[in-house]
Order: sequence, then C-alpha cells, then structure tokens
Amino acid sequence: MSRFDLPRHLTAAIINVVIAVSAGSVFASTPTKSSHPDFGIGRPATLAELKAWDIDVRPDFKGLPSGSGSVSHGQDVWDVKCASCHGTFAESNQVFTPLVGGTTAEDIKTGHTKALASGSVPQRTTLMKVATLSTLWDYINRAMPWTSPKSLSTEDVYGVVAYLLNLAEIVPDDFVLSDKNIAEVQKRMPNRYGMTTEHAMWNIKAKPDVNGSTCMHNCKASAEPTSYLPEFARNAHGNIAEQNRIIGPVRGADTTKPPAINAASAAANAPKTEVAKAAPSMALLTTHSCVACHAKASKVVGPAWDQIAAKYRNEADAEDKLVAKVMAGGAGVWGSVLMPPHGQVPEADIRQMVQFVLSGAAN
Amino acid sequence: MKGEIKRRGSVQLAPENFLTDAEIQKAGQARRKFMAKALAMGAGTAVAPALMKNVLAADSGAIGEGDKVILELPEHSKSLGQPVAARGYGLPSKWEAPLQRRQSPGLTKVPQSSVSFCPLQGMFGIITPSGLHFERHHQGWWDIDPSKHRLMINGLVKTPKVYTMDDLMRLPQVSRMHFIECGANTGMEWGNVAVPTVQYTHGMLSCSEFTGVLLSTLLDDCGIDLKKAKVVLAEGADGSSMTRTIPLDRALDDAIVAWGQNGEMLRPENGYPLRLVVPGVQGVSWVKYLRRIEVGDMPYASKDEAVHYMDLIPGGQHRQYTSIQEVKSVITTPSGGQVLLDKGFYNVTGLAWSGRGRIKHVDVSADGGRNWKRADITSVVLPKALTRFNFSWVWDGKPAILQSRAVDETGQVQADYRALRAVRGTKSIYHNNAIQSWLVRESGEVFNVQV
Repeated sequence: MSRFDLPRHLTAAIINVVIAVSAGSVFASTPTKSSHPDFGIGRPATLAELKAWDIDVRPDFKGLPSGSGSVSHGQDVWDVKCASCHGTFAESNQVFTPLVGGTTAEDIKTGHTKALASGSVPQRTTLMKVATLSTLWDYINRAMPWTSPKSLSTEDVYGVVAYLLNLAEIVPDDFVLSDKNIAEVQKRMPNRYGMTTEHAMWNIKAKPDVNGSTCMHNCKASAEPTSYLPEFARNAHGNIAEQNRIIGPVRGADTTKPPAINAASAAANAPKTEVAKAAPSMALLTTHSCVACHAKASKVVGPAWDQIAAKYRNEADAEDKLVAKVMAGGAGVWGSVLMPPHGQVPEADIRQMVQFVLSGAAN
Repeated sequence: MKGEIKRRGSVQLAPENFLTDAEIQKAGQARRKFMAKALAMGAGTAVAPALMKNVLAADSGAIGEGDKVILELPEHSKSLGQPVAARGYGLPSKWEAPLQRRQSPGLTKVPQSSVSFCPLQGMFGIITPSGLHFERHHQGWWDIDPSKHRLMINGLVKTPKVYTMDDLMRLPQVSRMHFIECGANTGMEWGNVAVPTVQYTHGMLSCSEFTGVLLSTLLDDCGIDLKKAKVVLAEGADGSSMTRTIPLDRALDDAIVAWGQNGEMLRPENGYPLRLVVPGVQGVSWVKYLRRIEVGDMPYASKDEAVHYMDLIPGGQHRQYTSIQEVKSVITTPSGGQVLLDKGFYNVTGLAWSGRGRIKHVDVSADGGRNWKRADITSVVLPKALTRFNFSWVWDGKPAILQSRAVDETGQVQADYRALRAVRGTKSIYHNNAIQSWLVRESGEVFNVQV
C-alpha cells in the first residue's frame, strides 16, 4: 500500500545516501535507535522496484490502483480464464470450493451471513465468509488465474470482482466497479461484520479460551470410544502396512483386510512389507503438471486417464494422435474445456506418458 | 499354550490354539513352506514379521541350535562393502522406504494446492529430517535461483531497502530450533474420527534448526517507525505471492528471515532460498520464497486470513488472524494403524509442543483419561520447539486407550474434545489441539478413536 508514500521514502533514502557519502564512511550513523552498527549492507529500493512488487490492497483500499471494470467485461474474462476451474457461475465444486452461493438479500442488510450461524449450507463459499472486498481484489490480482497469476489487467480484475459480486446479487447486472465506488460496495458485503479478533491466538497476552484439567486420578467414571474411523475408510489412505517401518515394537496393520477381531485373526493379517514404487511415467505426469487437470480414475478438469484409454482402445493410431493432441492442444473432445498446447514438454516424455495412459496408467 | 513359554508369548497366537486338527495339519504344511521360503531369502528379515513371530511362537523354544542369521554369516560380513562418496548426497537406507511424506486422499483436488503429511509414526527425537518435512503449497513449489532472489523491505520504514542473498548471509545470524505446525493440523478430526494414523491426524507438524537473520535486525536496519508500526506483511515470490499479517510483537520478538534448515539450505519444498520463521505461530505465516516485508499500521486481510485460516465458532462469527499454536501433544508410537507385536513392556513415545513457550510436563493415560501418570521428558526442552516424551508401559493384552496431555510454561493445559467443542464447536477447521486417543485392541491393532 505504501506506493503513495514513495516520494517521502525515496527522499529519505536519498538523503541517507548523501549523508553516508558526505561523511566519507559506510558506517555513517542513522537517526534511528539501533543496537548494532550500520551494516552498510543492502541498498535503497528504487521507485520502479517498489511499484513492481508493492501490489497489496488493504481493507481501507490503500494500494488499490485507480480504474474500473464492468460486470459484462468481467463475465467475458471469466468465461475464458476462470470458468474452467470455478464453473460458469462460480458455483463449481469440481476443482476448488465454490466462490458464490449461500448468501441472501437479508445478509446484505445485516452484514452477517446467516447460514454460518445456522449451518444450513453444507459448504462455506468464499462470498459467505469474506468480510473485506479488498481481499477479493488483492487475491485475484496477485494470484489468478491459477496457471498464469498476475496476468490480468487492472480492468480485468475490477471486472472479475464485479462479476462475482453480481453473481452474489450484491451489485446489479449493469454495474461498473471502480476505485471511486468500491468503498460503497463494501457496505453491502454479506458477511462484513462476521469477523472477530477477540481471541488469544492473535493477541498473545490475552487469556486462552480453553484450558484442560490437571486431574491425575479417577478423573472420570468411564472412557468409552464414541467415534471410530468408519469401516469403509479403513484402506482409504492406502495400506498402512506399507507406511510403517519393518522393524521395531510395532508394524503397520494390513488395511487391505478387515481388522482382526482377536489375536487369531491378527495372525492371518500378518502385514507384508513390500514397498510400492511410483512408476517413472507417473513421475513424468507429476513433473509436467498433468495431474493438475487429470487423474487416473476420475474427471478433474480434463477426462480421467481410464476414460481416455477406454475411448481409444480400438484405434491403432491412437498413440500418434494423442501425442500430437497433447503437443498442439485439444479441441474440446471431452467437453467445453480445451486442452492447452504443451510445446514446452519434450516429445519423448509426451510419448511415454501417452503410452502409459493408453496402457491403463497402472503403477 | 502349553506350560511356561520361555519366549514371551506373541499376541498373534500359534495356530494350535484356535484351529481344528485338519486346519492345524494344513497350517503345518504352510509353515514348512513358509520357513523354507524365508530361509531361502536369508531368514526373511523383511517378510511378514508377524507371521514369522507366529511361527517362532508355535515352535516355542525350538530355536534349536540358534538363530540362522547368527549362525550363517551374511554377505555383508564376508565381502567388501561400497566405497566413500558412492552417493555424493546420502540417502536413507532402502529399508526405510515406507516412511514417506504422503497426501491424504480426497482432502484436496489439485496437488499444487495441497498438503503432504510428515510420517510421525516412525520418527525419533525432535528434529524432522528435511526430506520428510511436511509440505503445504498454495500454487505449486519452485526451485528458485538464489542469485536472482531478492528481499525488499518497505512501508513504515525510513529507508525501503533491497537485499540480495549475499547481503542477508553477511548479517549477524542465529540458529534456533522451532516447530512449525499448520493451523489446520488435526482439522479433519473436529467433528469425528476421519483418518487412520498419526501421519494424517498430526503430520502437518515438523521441527528444524533454522538459520537466518532476525527480522528485528532487518527492520532496525531499514529504520522501522516504531511509533506508527503495528503489523508487518510477509509476501512470497511464487505464483500465489502468499501474504500474511504478523503482529509487530511477534515480528520483533523472535521471527527469523531464514535460509538454513538443519545445517543445509532450505529445501525447495520449504521455501528455498528464503522463508520467514515465526516461532509459535501457525505455518501459513512462515511465508516461503519470501520476497517482501511491508511494515504497516493495520492488518491486511489477505486471502489466507479473510477467506481461509479463519476459525468458525458457534454463533457464526469467524475468529480472524488466529495465529498462535496452543499447547498440544500426541503419542507417535504406538499409534493408529500400528500393531503391537507382543504383550508386555513398551516404550510409549510422543511429541509435545506449545506456541507460547516451553513444555513444562506431559502426562500419559492408558485408560482413556481416567488416570494419568507423568511421562519422562527425554529431549532438550526449548521454547516453541518439539519436545520428546517417553513413558514406560506394560501392556496386559487387554483393550487400552492411550492418551497424552501436555502443559506449557504459561500453565495452559491441553484440553480434551469435550472442553474444546464446548467453546469452539466442531466447524472451526483450524486450531484443534485436543487430546488424542489411541485404542489398543486385544489383537494388538491400534485405532484412532475419540472418547
């Protein structure tokens, strides 16, 4: 936010340098109280450097660049750059948690998202939570889109924020968000009063809200388990036998089998200790970030590898076709989201990965 | 079992005790087959240990002439080993491969914005090997050329400055051991048991020796305006350019702008070449690939403090800027998903830590919190660092519920789920420092439970 203070800072910096030079020493003293000598290490930041990096926008909108963007411009940007992950209406739960939904006209009046108190909405969306409009502007500007952060223009960012606000029915369809009216829109944020700093995890001197008991003997009558891992989740984290050391006082349980009821069935469950190794092709898929959009068994952004293998099972030239498609980009065979070109990935790697996918993508 | 057994009886009973005659005969054949196979593989150090134990128990006292691995000298006793520098950078033994950082399936949908958990179930002492340090990335990790990395300090300072890595590494430095814990560690368990092992319940936790320059030294060097300053903003150089607000008292107390981790440079996954270390404060504030510190007079409400990393409490308010990791402990062995091989003596071991300072003591219960005994603290006790405790326990083969409870030097006592939920509900996601329970069943298998 301090870009507005730059001239003063720069002036101070220049004066400092002048003092240092005129005193003929790199150890020229500075007026600040200091417990160590002037190191003479580092150098003043330039105006251009500060402008390049000091991009944060505070809740009071210090740091916000002047400019504007309309809901309709935002929608245009959204459809091309945002919808593939967040859904057309920012409601998608496919890749990230939904951004919009769960707020009401009443919330806009009260400044408290009622569903947070009642728990009536299973998933908390961004608009249900966020109190400060600056947060949306700052984050979209610094970190979006996902694969090419900091590529949006100031108008794009205003537009995308306006579009999100429009989807949440905070601003009308014909709205143009700008640095001039953003403080007014802040007053309509549905959860603007939803935050508190009254807790001991921010102010270290405050009194903690929960303290345990120091009782040592006969502290309670009974201690029966009330919550277990559900049986269906037993092996959901992979075989625990393969996640423990092969020596020592314990072994990992073989979770590919049901739990032992007694010592007898425990013997039958004797853990194996072979260690699964990731296939080299899987490593390539990870290195080249394919896994950002694809997975073996389920659709993420793009189709599952199993789906691809099934589709091309009977095509003799499938391998060459898919190698070309990965390199040059796809044309929406699997839906509206296009596969981008991957000219940066070596063809040999692409071929190996395609072979791997077509052969079932099994480790 | 017949008569007195010289070897302590295995929990996993010999087949003779529960099988029919026909099944015993079959098991006998299988056993001979197994033994032959095991011997062929060099006494099978890595095969089916429980079954091996079972076989030995069945042939109780029948070790015969002696242990084959003693009597038949192995290859490594009879031939030449490998030369020095065969590996320019050493690696763990191949036998240790099961202990890996792992993801929790279904927790996140994209691996660049995800978590890998530290395998606490197999670790010793208080230092986390750098290669096993947990990971949390918001937009993927990078291996940044350190000669092109810069740190900028601006805002309420007399002189906004830029430092190269060369500059920073010339400055007065400190090396200190501190834990780092994600604010969401154990977050999946607020409502009920959700994951099987300590790796997934508590594995967003690591402890390293960090080397760097105190942030206070740098702020001083830039001439911080102490009359106006209230907070600092830390910002990363990666795509997410992660930002977090840090209260000035934390920033000036013991925060470190660090490049060293356990005697070497930071690992790329942990922010190479530069990260912020904010002792006692949740991991998200330890900004990686640190490029900028801005001194300000009000909190910044960045995405990771105004959309995420906020604790929802009953009534619908979010606690914002929750930072300090409160007193907590967990037993790491035996723990969920492990199987005890025997009745009898066990060294129960675990970790305790507090973001408010040193651990004062740790108590252990084997009956689900009805009775407690003091554990031995067996590591150095440092402020805002992991502390190792051990506890001698004889398991009688009956069901038991193991728990640990830590107290820190401010007198804060780790609470149980009942006390925590009474105040914070079950939807907080963050800052779950409840007492952890591990149920040991007669089978020897250990389960994650809540009591």
